[in-house]
Amino acid sequence: MSVPHLLVHTLQDTVGVVVVEGVKKNQILTGWVMEGNKTIKIKCLKAIPIGHKIALTTINNGDAVIKYGHDIGKCVSAISKGGHVHTQNLKTKRW
Amino acid sequence: MVIIAKSLKKIVAKKSFSKRLNKSQRVNKRPTFLGWRRENGRVGIRNHVIILPLDDLSNTACEAVANNIKGTKAIPHPYGRLQFGEDLELHFRTLIGTGSNPNVAAVVVIGIEPQWTGLIVDGIAKTGKPVRGFAIEQNGDHQTIADASRVAKELVQASSELEREKCSIRDLWVSVKCGESDTTSGLASNPTVGNFIDKVDTWGATTCFGETSEITGAELNCAKRAKTKHIGAKFLKTWQSYNDDVIEQFKTNDLSDSQPTKGNIEGGLTTIEEKAFGNLEKIGKKASFIDVLRPAETPRRGAGLYFMDTSSAAAECVTLQAAAGFVVHLFPTGQGNIIGNPIEPVIKLTANPRTVRTMGEHVDLDVSGILRRELSLNEAGDALIDMTIRTCNGRLTAAEALGHNEFVLTKLYRSA
Repeated sequence: MSVPHLLVHTLQDTVGVVVVEGVKKNQILTGWVMEGNKTIKIKCLKAIPIGHKIALTTINNGDAVIKYGHDIGKCVSAISKGGHVHTQNLKTKRW
Repeated sequence: MVIIAKSLKKIVAKKSFSKRLNKSQRVNKRPTFLGWRRENGRVGIRNHVIILPLDDLSNTACEAVANNIKGTKAIPHPYGRLQFGEDLELHFRTLIGTGSNPNVAAVVVIGIEPQWTGLIVDGIAKTGKPVRGFAIEQNGDHQTIADASRVAKELVQASSELEREKCSIRDLWVSVKCGESDTTSGLASNPTVGNFIDKVDTWGATTCFGETSEITGAELNCAKRAKTKHIGAKFLKTWQSYNDDVIEQFKTNDLSDSQPTKGNIEGGLTTIEEKAFGNLEKIGKKASFIDVLRPAETPRRGAGLYFMDTSSAAAECVTLQAAAGFVVHLFPTGQGNIIGNPIEPVIKLTANPRTVRTMGEHVDLDVSGILRRELSLNEAGDALIDMTIRTCNGRLTAAEALGHNEFVLTKLYRSA
């Protein structure tokens, strides 16, 4: 496999992490799911900076967002598959 | 100039890990290093003579002594007056622990008055190392600086003759803490530290992680990593107490302005839960922690992994770990925290290629190859062991070479 654009921790995760600079809108990204060593393809809906998360599936308002196989917070505004997941649509359940 | 640059490049290339490792795979053996064995049997990897102020008022005299006597180091800080109760105990424990750290050969303590100064001196003297105290009242700065400088000169000359000996990894105390983390921390640089911990734990090293607030969201997973249910319960009690006594009392609408930090958010981390699961990657997959330490408390249960109740602010945490006796620190960063410590060398690693490109002078080990699938986690862990041993043997860390000496005391509440 060539250098991946995004990495995913586990098979259950609903988000992946962009690990290269310069990802552009509508680019088809190659992802490496580390658990199980799987390769996925996903079209990214906007330019996502390095380190930021991309939705691997549609995430509805109120859904738990899953990363590391764990709940990392709640979706507060629906996210399409390939969308940018960050403070605008994901909030902590703590504090 | 060109010739010099080329030959320097050659030296750097020669030292590069990949070439060294492929030849011998030597990190599969338990590595040894050269250290200073102190009077109490503990091993240091540096040989500092420190000029330690009891209080804010004595910083000026300490800095004057360190300026007079080359090879000594002043450690100024802002506290030590009118503290009381648990906060004062922590202040004393941190200063005594700093002087007692085996990276320190000898200590000069200066305080405004002799009684609390004497407490610090007596505490450090229990290690058996040379320590002398000076009080400013009834002497003034001039006389104190002159007297302390005479003693500091003798101490630094004597310490310069101390010889190093071959030491085992069982003699090594390693602390870990991450900072300015981003999503690459949880993917690669923190798991690299975790791989290191899993390996050295079986070799009998003593290791420590902390960051009480930053385990929030993953606290139950962390508790499961305790050696026994009792220790797990002790951890959860410590974590809960921080939440009840500090977060609940002082939080604004939420702590999102502070945890995650602005740097974390820039790097793609969104919530404290996400940050916590990444943070916990630092303790690997196998090792379990064998005790829960108070801030700056020295481990007493032998070799193994310890949790310490600390702030998640980098300098506060490392200062407490150094005061507990840890001699080398592993610091994975995403966006590029630049912290150092005056007595405990801080090894910086990152997996973020942008951080390597934009602020590479702060990076001791680049593990961004993990993200490109060029480097396995196992290889990265071995590379970190190699860098740690080189640091123990005398290689200056980036933070040391750049002069980072962040010494930040944890203050529990307002002084009287």
